[in-house]
Amino acid sequence: MQAEPMHVDTDVLIIGSGGAGMYAAIEAAQAGCEVFLADRSLIGRGGATVMAQMTVAVALGSETPDHWSHHYDDTLEAGRGLCDERLARLLCEEGPDCILQMDAWGIGWARKDGRITQAFAPGHDRPRCVYVDFLNTGPAVSKTLRTVVTRTKAIRKAGDLLIVDLVRVDGEVAGAVALHLPTGAPVTIAAKATIIATGGLTRLYRRNSASANMGGDGYALALRAGAPLTDMEFVQFFPIGHLAPRLIGMDPIMWDPFRYKLGGRLLNSQGEEFTARYGVSEDGRYVVTRDVATYAIAKEVEAERGSPHGGAYLSFQHCSEAELRDAFGPVIDRLAKNNIDLTRMPVEVAPIAHYHMGGVIADERMETEVPGLFVAGEAVGGANGANRLSGNAITEALVFGRRAGRSASERVKRAGTQPFRPQVAQATLDLLDARQDRDDINTAAMIQRLQGTMADDVGPFRTQDKLARALAAIADMSNALGERPIGRAAFDLRLLEWFDLRNMLLVARTVAMAALARTESRGAHQREDFPGMLPEWRVNQVARLGSGISLTRSSTLAQAAAQ
Amino acid sequence: MSAMARLKVWRGDAADAGRWERYDVPFEPGQSVLDGLRWIRANRDPSLAIRFSCINANACKECMMELDGKTVYACTARLEAREMTLAPLSNKRLVRDLVTEIAPPAERFVSERR
Repeated sequence: MQAEPMHVDTDVLIIGSGGAGMYAAIEAAQAGCEVFLADRSLIGRGGATVMAQMTVAVALGSETPDHWSHHYDDTLEAGRGLCDERLARLLCEEGPDCILQMDAWGIGWARKDGRITQAFAPGHDRPRCVYVDFLNTGPAVSKTLRTVVTRTKAIRKAGDLLIVDLVRVDGEVAGAVALHLPTGAPVTIAAKATIIATGGLTRLYRRNSASANMGGDGYALALRAGAPLTDMEFVQFFPIGHLAPRLIGMDPIMWDPFRYKLGGRLLNSQGEEFTARYGVSEDGRYVVTRDVATYAIAKEVEAERGSPHGGAYLSFQHCSEAELRDAFGPVIDRLAKNNIDLTRMPVEVAPIAHYHMGGVIADERMETEVPGLFVAGEAVGGANGANRLSGNAITEALVFGRRAGRSASERVKRAGTQPFRPQVAQATLDLLDARQDRDDINTAAMIQRLQGTMADDVGPFRTQDKLARALAAIADMSNALGERPIGRAAFDLRLLEWFDLRNMLLVARTVAMAALARTESRGAHQREDFPGMLPEWRVNQVARLGSGISLTRSSTLAQAAAQ
Repeated sequence: MSAMARLKVWRGDAADAGRWERYDVPFEPGQSVLDGLRWIRANRDPSLAIRFSCINANACKECMMELDGKTVYACTARLEAREMTLAPLSNKRLVRDLVTEIAPPAERFVSERR
């Protein structure tokens, strides 16, 4: 017989405590709601926000005159015709307000002569990116929000709590069932509004720039709760992720800020700059967009002009020690500890999974198709179309987080939401109770196998054969995973990984299916068997979960905008 | 060229007496202790409890443990070709194996309603 699960009652349940989740929590609490902020790991330390190195794009106009509409034009241009223009506009229009709020909360944006510094980043028409030195943007955003969360009494925090399923009552989301990792105990949560702020899916790939808790949880939770996803085929690869020599204690996307500040030269094994061959001449400046650079590096490697570990060289040998120190201070010492002297040697870089453009479909209020379910940050689909502009990720975390928190509070204040009923949680409680010991599969090894499949066959360059092979491997892994969770003990990572694989395999299948269906190449989705962008594919794909995943095409997201 | 580290790892939870287990771990020079622990989980024993989020960036600060009696981050300590002793933090409550209760009290889930 099952023991009674632990139970929580709250107004607003927020899943994930990165930038989007924390901003949503603050906004909902300030509007008078009780907030339950749950994270599968520590509060405000996991996810993608804390990993951000430098740029946050915003039309602040402190460097040169700017207006949100210019940022918006650049965002749409980068998105290759697929942006949900309502969401892109919201991001650009409300960005400055959130950035100034963060400034008021004491984040410490880098300044020169009293005004906030803005750096130029590829794809922008003018210097637009604010940052915190040195390579400290993400940690500073997290710390600032964590401080405000801590002093906001109405926010109750719960770390090490994995949300397993959302529960629906008469078609509305009314809460969730969770697993408390330190004890292995089930928890039910009743909430009048729920916000998914779990970030993206980069953990699906072997080499990625995000933390181990970005395995697409939120997409799987939304699908199982009946909310559709869009643009799932568009995974952004960051072209110059660190490859070699082995570097510890540093984030692999650290070379991006180096390029912003110092230019740098991207070279092949023959010492030639090569991006001009693929349409963009760099000449020591950092102007090539992420999709073009990823393509250029991969093609050089394919032509056997890659670096020894299978990437390209990035050189700052034109910079003096003094210039390097001026730009990056203590980071230069951290590099020295890794035996890297940039004045004397290039490093090797290669594309690395970085961000997901796709996600849960939401309106301008950040509400999904399912009443009671909201979404914020990277988990939202559509704002960035087929390719995200540099610097838009933190901005959307803040803007969408704030909007989701506000909308959730409006729902809470309206009477008549469906109350939570314990019976609707029963199926998930039974699943948690069905756990068993099994040693015929290793969950950690299976995650590695899935990451290899996704990297090799659902990476930046796709073909029908590769995608079909990936779908077969995913089906095979789903069968091996079985219907009953594995593991029993307190902090049993096998149990966590079983539930992670349940989500990751569902999301991986959705990505591969959407990629197989899109028979053209656009932005981050490149089909080697269908090169070139086709006008008839200027549509978004929408994925829903029924007895299986179904895909439909919709031009409404892009059109909603045009009106 | 791969070298071998022997990781002597403390296993057990608050309810049992605990024991030491030794694992031989292959590594390339430059790899971290966390790389070694993740190798053990994927290749020897997935039931080994460790905690980490960011893997390599030293941003999440979750992978604190004791290496040869000194507190380190497993993601920035390097593997060496010798026996290395790994234990949970001695000044925090043990959860299991190398995992201790490191979250501030106000950030832990407790079932009581406020």
